[in-house]
Order: sequence, then structure tokens, then C-alpha cells
Amino acid sequence: MKYLEDIGSYFLMIKKVFGSFTKRSVLKHLIFKEIDDLIIGSLGIVIFISFFVGGVVSIQTALNMDSPIVPKSLIGFATRQSVILEFSPTFISIIMAGKVGSFITSSIGSMRVTEQIDALEVMGINSLNYLVFPKIVALMFYPFVIVISMFIGVFGGYVAAVYGGFANAGDFIEGVQQDFIPYQLFYAFFKTTVFAFILATVPSWQGYYMKGGALEVGKASTKSFVWTSVLIIAANYIITQLLLS
Amino acid sequence: MIKVEDVHKGFGNEEILKGITTTFDRGKTNLIIGQSGSGKTVLLKCLIGLFKPERGKIYYEDRAIQDMGDQEQRDLREEIGMLFQGGALFDSMNIEENVMFPLRMFTKQKKSEMLARVNEVLKRVDLVDVNKKFPAEISGGMQKRVSIARAIVNKPKYLFCDEPNSGLDPRTATLIDTLIQEITHEYDITTVVVTHDMNSVMEIGEKVVLLKKGKLVWQGTNQEIFKTENEDVTNFVYSSDLFKKIRDVQIKEA
Repeated sequence: MKYLEDIGSYFLMIKKVFGSFTKRSVLKHLIFKEIDDLIIGSLGIVIFISFFVGGVVSIQTALNMDSPIVPKSLIGFATRQSVILEFSPTFISIIMAGKVGSFITSSIGSMRVTEQIDALEVMGINSLNYLVFPKIVALMFYPFVIVISMFIGVFGGYVAAVYGGFANAGDFIEGVQQDFIPYQLFYAFFKTTVFAFILATVPSWQGYYMKGGALEVGKASTKSFVWTSVLIIAANYIITQLLLS
Repeated sequence: MIKVEDVHKGFGNEEILKGITTTFDRGKTNLIIGQSGSGKTVLLKCLIGLFKPERGKIYYEDRAIQDMGDQEQRDLREEIGMLFQGGALFDSMNIEENVMFPLRMFTKQKKSEMLARVNEVLKRVDLVDVNKKFPAEISGGMQKRVSIARAIVNKPKYLFCDEPNSGLDPRTATLIDTLIQEITHEYDITTVVVTHDMNSVMEIGEKVVLLKKGKLVWQGTNQEIFKTENEDVTNFVYSSDLFKKIRDVQIKEA
């Protein structure tokens, strides 16, 4: 019963987010601020993780190729497929659930605890639109982060394969270009957009409706990470089933 | 003027407000007092529209808040200034941005005009050279004053204060009380203050409403509160050792 109530309250929140808009000039300022906090502020960690995980995928593939008749280009092919289809869209999103999700929940939760949200409401401002809408818009730029992650991931694979002595540059690049299906990019970016919406709204919901004090803000952040990750994994399965099978 | 008519509010099975009827007068500091759990803050939140009463009506002049549409309620809220217990200043903004916030949201003034008004109200609450500081960098008393400045910057008709001097030293608490009263008279607004501080009652209680267990048990002025024979009032007023001693001295002298 509690879960049904929570689902209902989540969708009611979404409805309120898109009702009674904040003044345009203020909203524009808030959106740029959120892009800076949520998107630009995440690039460092995304680039770091993507480079090394791309490298590890490449090394793992190379080490598991026992047969001499399997072409070395498979290393590039496997790295590209792993990075584009799963690693960048899904696993970077799980990492973002920890980084961005916890930030959103704790910042909105702190505003709830210190009555800042009440202050907005008393002024006649739709606090959900003011706080959550800019985050949704900012996270619609999230696919650009994933593009960077894909590029850096494949580049990391290239560095590991070529400078680790597992394949030469020509073989790796040939593998990266082999059997490329553009629809798979559409699939990757479609699910990235869905994950972006989950990343913006689920942590906001956890923060906005939390009750209590500082301890509860911490608990809400943890809960937010768990639920955002669960929903991303579930959505990933459903989208994959619908778009690829 | 704000008129409250038979307001009931509960949470779950518990009824918190049990039929409150009173008025809060314009140009006066109206105090809602009572012990913790008496329903003061719930009544305040009903007044500002954060809680919806289950029964009864709240009138702003002749307009009942319950009969207003969403837009009308938003318009009304632009006429309301609120001082929260903890200040409720926006952490991510500096003092200048905090005070300017209502102007940015609701007016089409140029930045220079807004800045002039912000400096005017900051000066009014005796704050200078704090514009670029963040709330975490100033004291609790200063935060309260900034909060007052933010509440009055858009020239509200109604000012609500939730325990404005809680957590402050007696001197700063008195300054805040005095400031609230001065602003009430200066702007000729309807001010409602929730407090359990008897010093505030003595200093600024031009109209005092006493709540007990969700019921209004007494109302009058701060002069009348010390003369009344009402048992609920005397129990509340003389629960403080200081006031008990003052009464004993007065009795002795008499």
C-alpha cells in the first residue's frame, strides 16, 4: 500500500512540476546553474571512469582471446559494443545516481528541513517548478555527457590495446568500425534520455517529501541512490527488450 | 485585517485546532501565544495557506482564502511577508540576493531599482556591509534581521512571524521584537506573531490570543493579560519564575 502511495505521489509531483511556471528570467538563471552543477560538474569523474573502464574492457577481451584464428580487430569491436551499448549509458548512469542523485536529494532535503521550501510556497511560488524543472531541463543535456563517455571509453580501450601490446592501431580501429549499426546509437541515446529523467525526478521526489532533520536527509540520500539505481536497471531491461529484441 | 472563523484542523485522528474564532487587526502586532503543542504554529500555517483547514474560514479583509482560486491565492501570497523560526534564508544566495528575491520574482523593476530598495530595507533593519555575505557567515540575530528585510522588501500587507526570537540572546530578542513592532506601525500592516515568550507579550503584544490544546481560551491586550482572573492565562503567564516573583512582590507591596 505504501508503495502505491509513493508511486501516486511521484506522478502527482511530476504533474505539479509542469504547472504554474516560475518567471522566465529566473528560470533561465536556474537552468544554467543546474547545468553547471549537474552536467559540467560531473564531466571529470565520467571521463576518468570511462577511460579506465574502456581500457579494462579492451584488456579483458584481449586476454580471453585464446584462438589464433580470431582476428585482433575483435578487441576494438568488443570494446565499442560494450561501451556504447551498456557501459556508457547504463553504468555511468548508476554512478551518476550516486553523485548527482545524492546531491539533488540532499540539497532539496536540506531546503525542506530549514523551511526554505515553505518560504517559497508562502511567497506564492510553485516550489516544485522552481526546484525540479531546471534539474529536468539540465539533465536533458546528459546525453552529451554520455557521448563524451563513449568517446573516452573507446579511446581508453585503444590506448590499453595498442600501448599494452595486445593489438596494433590498425586492427583496433578496423574493429571499432566493423559492423556498425546506427540504430544501436539511437537505442543508447533513447535510454540515456529516460535515465536522465529518472536521475532528475526520483532524487527530487525523495528530497522534497522527506520529513525530519539532518539524519533523515542522509537517509533520504541513501534511499534515493538505491531507488534511482533500481529504476535505471529496470528501465534498461524494459527498453532493451522493446527496442533490441 | 484577518478574520478567523471556526477553524478546525487535524492530522489523522488527532484534532489540533478545535474551532478557533478571532480577528487580527491592521496596524497592530497580534500575538498568538500558548504552550508547545497548543496549535499555534498549525494556526499560523492555516493563516498563510500552507495547511488547509477542514472546517471554518479565514478572511483576508473580505476575501475568504478558501474561496479563492489558485491565481488569486498566489496574488494574495505576494502580499504576505513571512519570518520563519530559523530564518529560512536561501543558503545558495548571498544576503543581497536573498532580500532581492521577492522583487526578482514579482516585479519588473530594473536591477538598480531593486538594489536601491534592498539597501533601503537592509538599512532599516540596521544591517550594513553584509550584502555579499552568505547566510552561514552571519549570526543568528543578523539572519533574523535579513529575514525581516526579505519579508518587507516587497511592501507586504500582512507579516507573519513564527517564534521570531527563539534561539536569540535576550538583548537581540528585544531588538527583533521592537523592530517587528516598528515595522508594523510604519507600514501599517497586519502582523501576526507566534511566540511563547512572555517578554515579547509584554513588549509588543497589542493584541494577544492564548491557545490551549487547540482552543482559544483568552484574548486581550498585554495590559489586560496581567489583570485577568482567567485561570488558563495565569497558569501560562506565571509558569515563569520571574513573573511569579514579580507577582509575589506586587502582592507584598499591596
